[in-house]
Amino acid sequence: KRIVTLNDLNTSRKDGGCGECQTSCSACKTSCVANQKCEKSAK
Amino acid sequence: MVHLFKRLGYNIAVDTASASVHVLDEVAYEAVSLYGKIPAEDIARELERKFGISGKESAECIADVEALVSAGTLFSEDKFRPDVAVLAKRDPVVKALCLHVAHTCNLDCDYCFASQGKYHGERALMPFEVGRRAIDFLIENSGSRHNLEVDFFGGEPLMNFGVVKEIVAYAREREKECGKHFRFTLTTNGMLVDDDVIEFSDREMDNVVMSLDGRKEVNDRFRKTVDGVGSYDIIVPKFQKFAAARGEKEYYIRGTFTHNNPDFMKDIDVMLDLGFTRLSMEPVVAPPDSPSALTEEDKATVMRQYELLAERMIQRRRAGTPFVFYHYMLDLEHGPCIYKRISGCGSGTEYMAVTPKGELYPCHQFVGEERFRMGDVFGGVDAQGERIRAEFKRCNAYSKPECEDCWARLYCSGGCAANGWHSTGDVNGVYAYGCDLFRCRMECALAVKASEALDNAE
Repeated sequence: KRIVTLNDLNTSRKDGGCGECQTSCSACKTSCVANQKCEKSAK
Repeated sequence: MVHLFKRLGYNIAVDTASASVHVLDEVAYEAVSLYGKIPAEDIARELERKFGISGKESAECIADVEALVSAGTLFSEDKFRPDVAVLAKRDPVVKALCLHVAHTCNLDCDYCFASQGKYHGERALMPFEVGRRAIDFLIENSGSRHNLEVDFFGGEPLMNFGVVKEIVAYAREREKECGKHFRFTLTTNGMLVDDDVIEFSDREMDNVVMSLDGRKEVNDRFRKTVDGVGSYDIIVPKFQKFAAARGEKEYYIRGTFTHNNPDFMKDIDVMLDLGFTRLSMEPVVAPPDSPSALTEEDKATVMRQYELLAERMIQRRRAGTPFVFYHYMLDLEHGPCIYKRISGCGSGTEYMAVTPKGELYPCHQFVGEERFRMGDVFGGVDAQGERIRAEFKRCNAYSKPECEDCWARLYCSGGCAANGWHSTGDVNGVYAYGCDLFRCRMECALAVKASEALDNAE
């Protein structure tokens, strides 16, 4: 297709903010949210 | 704001405000690049002229673009700035601690930001009493948070392994009575890894970070024992055994690249050849006048490595031998919510570092800098700590003028406060070199995601 959409943040504005996701400071320790997962959304 | 770019043969549009990601063919890429700049009929004419397509095809393409705009996933308006104020009013909670169980190390790495583990202070091991109080401090200050995190760090934490075990046992005891869940991480240089460490970590550590820089000569240039002996031959067999034992549990082989190896893809390949499949490779944290600091001349080489790495990931996934690179692990469907994207890593607010004496700092990179001491686990956050907490609360993707026009600001949350402090003298400053690398990494990561999606669609 001409355009393939891979996945929004406005949705998360309503259901986000629980604070239960993992603190990014995982593997890098120097280049700290892109790699985070939302635990609630993933369930 | 829409960021349009081409990487690894993919044309990609990122809608900053909605975080929607679209993969485009050449015609759609052209249409999006012209959208809003000239009238739709002129876009149609340009598409027909440039690509030799019919009027019907150009109209369909423009209609597809307009449908995304109407759906709020392309050229969408950023309405999140008021959410910064919402977050600022929330009661502070602490949900993660970096426990410096050892301010001492059995390696003498020249590039160590922690000054060979001592953090510019005296050698010290954390007594269990401090660790126990840190766990209590975390529980007491965690509010309604269920998931709490503790990272055992140093120095070399395995030089105080007995206390690590005691702290974990105490936390497990407390989590039952408090309705909390602890997740533990261990960061180690590998020198003291043995069967006991492996067995304990497999049972208790949600993640293990193992430090190895890649090629033997690269690793041993910096990562030497106090007698000047390279660590590669000692730690590699231990890490191979450790990684194999992790099974489905998380681990990362974590390397540092410096001015001496900006061509770090060669180090990634060594890690892969050694059988490791969960990798992280990070730029050195060093003062600009350090011989190991990355230079402006290194930047093009480093960025090329990120591209080569993305190509290698795609190639190996297609060959059935995939591997993971930490910075390319994007979950586009279940990524962080807008509040997390605004607030970032939480340093100085919900995440703090604890020294062997129990002092609190905003994160491990500020430890030892008196100006950033926030109190201690016995007395809690003091008056200076509250001022620091307020200062760090103001660090976010919307607080920095440099981020206004950056498409990646909701992926990096405005960048790392420690990098800002060390490069500009202001925790709200921007480490521009790091921004360039971050944007490059994000483009490569999105190209990897595009390859996965299109391969799955075929």
